[in-house]
Amino acid sequence: MAKELETLFIQYFYKEARPIDFYIKKMKGYTASQAALKMSQDDVIAEVKKSNLRGRGGAGFPTGMKWGFIPKVSEKPKYIVCNADESEPGTFKDRDIMRYIPHLLIDGMIVAGHAIGAQVGYIYIRGEYVREAVLLNEAIEEAYARGYLGKNIFGTGFHFDLTVHRGAGAYICGEETALLNSLEGKRGEPRVKPPFPAQAGAFGGPTIVNNVETLASIPYIINRGGEWFSKLGKLDKSGGTRLFCISGHVKKPGLYELPAGGVTLRQLIYDHAQGILRDRKLKAVIPGGSSAPVLAPDEIDVVLDIEPLMKIGSMLGSAGVLVVSEEYCVVKLLRRITKFYAHESCGQCTPCREGCQWMEDILERIEHGKGREQDISLLLDVANNINGRTLCALGDAAAGPVTSFVKKFRADFEVHIRGGKCPSA
Amino acid sequence: MGKKILSKKFYNAMLKLEPRYPTRVALLLPALHAAQDELGWLSSEVMDEVAVFIGIHPAQVREVASFYTMYNLKPVGKYHLKFCTNVACCLRGGDELVEHCEKKLGIQCGQTTSDGKFTLMEEECLGACGTAPAMMLNQDYFENLNIPKLDQLLDGLE
Repeated sequence: MAKELETLFIQYFYKEARPIDFYIKKMKGYTASQAALKMSQDDVIAEVKKSNLRGRGGAGFPTGMKWGFIPKVSEKPKYIVCNADESEPGTFKDRDIMRYIPHLLIDGMIVAGHAIGAQVGYIYIRGEYVREAVLLNEAIEEAYARGYLGKNIFGTGFHFDLTVHRGAGAYICGEETALLNSLEGKRGEPRVKPPFPAQAGAFGGPTIVNNVETLASIPYIINRGGEWFSKLGKLDKSGGTRLFCISGHVKKPGLYELPAGGVTLRQLIYDHAQGILRDRKLKAVIPGGSSAPVLAPDEIDVVLDIEPLMKIGSMLGSAGVLVVSEEYCVVKLLRRITKFYAHESCGQCTPCREGCQWMEDILERIEHGKGREQDISLLLDVANNINGRTLCALGDAAAGPVTSFVKKFRADFEVHIRGGKCPSA
Repeated sequence: MGKKILSKKFYNAMLKLEPRYPTRVALLLPALHAAQDELGWLSSEVMDEVAVFIGIHPAQVREVASFYTMYNLKPVGKYHLKFCTNVACCLRGGDELVEHCEKKLGIQCGQTTSDGKFTLMEEECLGACGTAPAMMLNQDYFENLNIPKLDQLLDGLE
């Protein structure tokens, strides 16, 4: 049992791993696409279902099941879209996959394209990742030059074109229907669902949107089997490894690739990231990107996976763990988080557009000692009126931090209001 | 319409990209990026030219351009500094970097120095939280920053 964990991604996070020849020689590159193209679509989907791979972008939806929603026959062309928007604060894993092992992603997208019957794929990458977009384009050119993309791939008669599409600075474009609008040349406003993308997505055609890490897991599932992948995970429903992103007040922030469901929050913070910066006391942890409800120090023995976190009222999201020590004011932090959602609200739904700004205003005055006694209940009231009342999850994402911070750190808010100033200012 | 503002290079790049999309409107984001790369910002005239090229109403171009923060709807300095001040960066001193820069350059966030050299902006999460604090200088990331490193970087810019 002393065997070192084999990582799928992180062991290749260096620039020499980038060229296609490295991928082919050292990572069994493009054997997955070749093998998958010889399999039936149903068999590929069945293998992915067996793997217990769940979406790595935030929602955690089983990938194989998602692919199964695509209609077999469609009048309109189908599309496979990679969500490389990576906009959830605290998340920085997909960038390394794209800049170090772009071919793993391309390989995975060819498999996915075949599985759902799509001949066109797009990688929607956040606009700020300018260099990563260039590297992806170079990798795509390499794959075209070898005949792994384009017409009649590997002589199988399957055509597949892949294009990088850059976003232009909008958090909301991580939401899949906003992303599709942005791909179509529109404002990144989420759509009313249904229809879901699997019925009518990009350009009206059946579409699957998967996260970078999700798609980059696919070649391993084809090469080594769904069962092998599933067993990498430590909980029943969670297969594979996960790239945990840890940042904020820890001694060693960064990426840690560990078995899905195989690590507690405490282990990640204290064993892997080597504890709190300047050996201060832990104050708060946001376990799944800034949208995830905050946890108090006595809650960190939770296993970092979808169900365990859901059980204690938070979420794994994109596995972006933000650690806060006693050195930082939680009221100030929540004001900053709320400012983000107010800025990024697309404005379509009134509760979110008005509510986020209102919450920011209230938090701003509490932070600066100008809060009123009734402000805490007002804050919760506004949050409750946003939650569940919007087209997309941004509203819930803005409300969750507010309600959880107030619930877990109420005393800090009261000190600001009653003392008339921030005690740490 | 008068003489074209956008170069032949722009039009060639767009023609190459066109077969990649089933609709022409899908070229709008790539076209705006390419236009901005060429001219630094998106003037009314440029947006009109993009509208003509794509075959949509100029208002549709503005509606989209104004939605996304990366499209500059007014001129920016030669060096465009975009500091992340979101959670991970503010926990690791991102705010202090912005303050330092404001003092050093004598401008507030959102402004450009009178010589047109620097534009300073606060950004939302750049996706570089593990190497916070981070900022973008034009199209490049600078990570694990602190005030001495930032000074060295800025002082080295011509």
